[in-house]
Amino acid sequence: MKPLSQAVASVPPSGIRRFFDVAAQLEDCISLGVGEPDFVTPWHIREAAIWAIEKGFTTYTSNYGLFTLRQRIAAHLKARYGVEYSPESEVLVTVGVSEGLDIALRALVNPGDEVILFEPSYVSYVPCVLFAGGTPVCLPTDYRNGFQPDVERLRRALTHRTKAILLCYPNNPTGAVATRETLEEIVRLAVEHDVYLVSDEIYDRLVYETEHTCVAALPGAAERTILLGGFSKSYAMTGWRIGYACAPAPLLEMMMKVHQYTMLCAPIVAQKAAEEALERGETEVERMRREYDRRRRLVVERLNDMGLECVPPQGAFYVFPSIRCTGLSSEEFTERLLWEERVAVVPGNVFGASGEGHVRLSYATSLPKIEEALRRIERFVLRHRG
Amino acid sequence: MREQQAGWEVAMEHEKEKAILEILEQDARTTPEQIAAMLGLEVEQVRQAIRRLETAGIIRRYKTVIDWDRFGEEQVFAFIDVKVSPAREVGFDDVAERIYRFPQVHAVYLVSGDHDLRVIVSGRTMKEIAAFVAERLAPLDRVQATYTQFVLKRYKEDGEVYAEAEPDRRLVVAP
Ligand SMILES: Cc1ncc(COP(=O)(O)O)c(C=O)c1O
Repeated sequence: MKPLSQAVASVPPSGIRRFFDVAAQLEDCISLGVGEPDFVTPWHIREAAIWAIEKGFTTYTSNYGLFTLRQRIAAHLKARYGVEYSPESEVLVTVGVSEGLDIALRALVNPGDEVILFEPSYVSYVPCVLFAGGTPVCLPTDYRNGFQPDVERLRRALTHRTKAILLCYPNNPTGAVATRETLEEIVRLAVEHDVYLVSDEIYDRLVYETEHTCVAALPGAAERTILLGGFSKSYAMTGWRIGYACAPAPLLEMMMKVHQYTMLCAPIVAQKAAEEALERGETEVERMRREYDRRRRLVVERLNDMGLECVPPQGAFYVFPSIRCTGLSSEEFTERLLWEERVAVVPGNVFGASGEGHVRLSYATSLPKIEEALRRIERFVLRHRG
Repeated sequence: MREQQAGWEVAMEHEKEKAILEILEQDARTTPEQIAAMLGLEVEQVRQAIRRLETAGIIRRYKTVIDWDRFGEEQVFAFIDVKVSPAREVGFDDVAERIYRFPQVHAVYLVSGDHDLRVIVSGRTMKEIAAFVAERLAPLDRVQATYTQFVLKRYKEDGEVYAEAEPDRRLVVAP
């Protein structure tokens, strides 16, 4: 038979799932490998969705999404970050940030265009750039400066082929939050070199001891930024498949074209749920954020005590400690930890080469489970330290 | 200026203590070491705060939430609304006190509406509770009427849901 798509074949299968069929079978295994909240969606949101189904909200919506939801998204972004988007033409409701990311890249990229991103990075970025026909250019970041994006390195990586810079702060997998100054410099470089910015701000509500900086709100950024936002993490709504993209009208129109012909619209029940989340979800967001924050401090302190060094992450719900003291590679560490102590983590190298020597632990798990997992990891580290 | 500073410190202290109380309310066995790590405080600070909260009677005591039904010890609960004629000087307080001193009384509230006191009572059997109402409550001075409702099923109490816990439906690993 004829060969299948080269663009698709060139993408290696997901490294993240490799050990985890095993983990799923192991009894008594504690998983710190989950990239989604351990909370279920707050009841008032679920209840609003049930009501919507009862009332017969079962149809397609406008391709852009329900106007009332777009209005709420625009109002929410204006109130929180001072960015202004017109609900008529600059807000698009997407099937999660996942779809937003895909259509953003497809709207931007021509064959051969380079998209710069910082590693370790969320596992979908490189494949999505490749699917869009672009060339990913990955810049490493280092845990010794808290995985801050390196502006000098970025300056050197910018070429006439660079089309866009992809940003993700707060970051998956490192939990890093880029400082406002760094982001301002990145925006200045983007303006200088006339490149677009795609900013995945899905973890915007999960920041600790700091404020979130919305990239689109920085001077000069709005006209060249696609802002991706979501409900999955802040409102514990991963399964609803809902998010949004905001950009200047001509840019959003391009994304909308792809969305219209591939997705048609986001599920209406999820859109109704998202309306409820924006309208009345604030208390619950804060309750969950506070809970994550307490776990975060505990995990960071314990990991550092046992020799798995980490700079305290300021966002999301991940820690990305160095495992250097064990002398093991990320995959060896992960595999042995799974077999010897029945704790599942994610090897850092699946997030890019600069993730080697680290593992990702998610603290989106109940405190008693986290504590038991930390006890097991400590035992493991003691055994493997030279 | 100094006053403002002092006011701010008091507010911070209040926030800290509130966070400690919230953690202990969830799990009274959380150690001062764990609380200190969770809140970014010194262990000694946490110990002191807990001591203060205990002495001030803000932390009343540490108890365990038990599902006695599941253990096989059945208990019957009843809500009893009590109509009381108030007395000069004391209002309802003296009657409330005479009621809450009985150990089988779990709670006594002064409430608005048709009745005055709402009493929650437990017993091993319905008969035992009926006897308590007939022999102890109703005959009290100034108690005019009682209205008893037996609890048939407990769904949620003190924030605790008494159903099987929902399983964790997430995949073991997700991006
Ligand atoms: C950085 C990042 N972007 C996007 C997503 C996908 O989000 P959604 O559920 O909105 O598609 C995730 C989920 O793990 C993520 O971590």
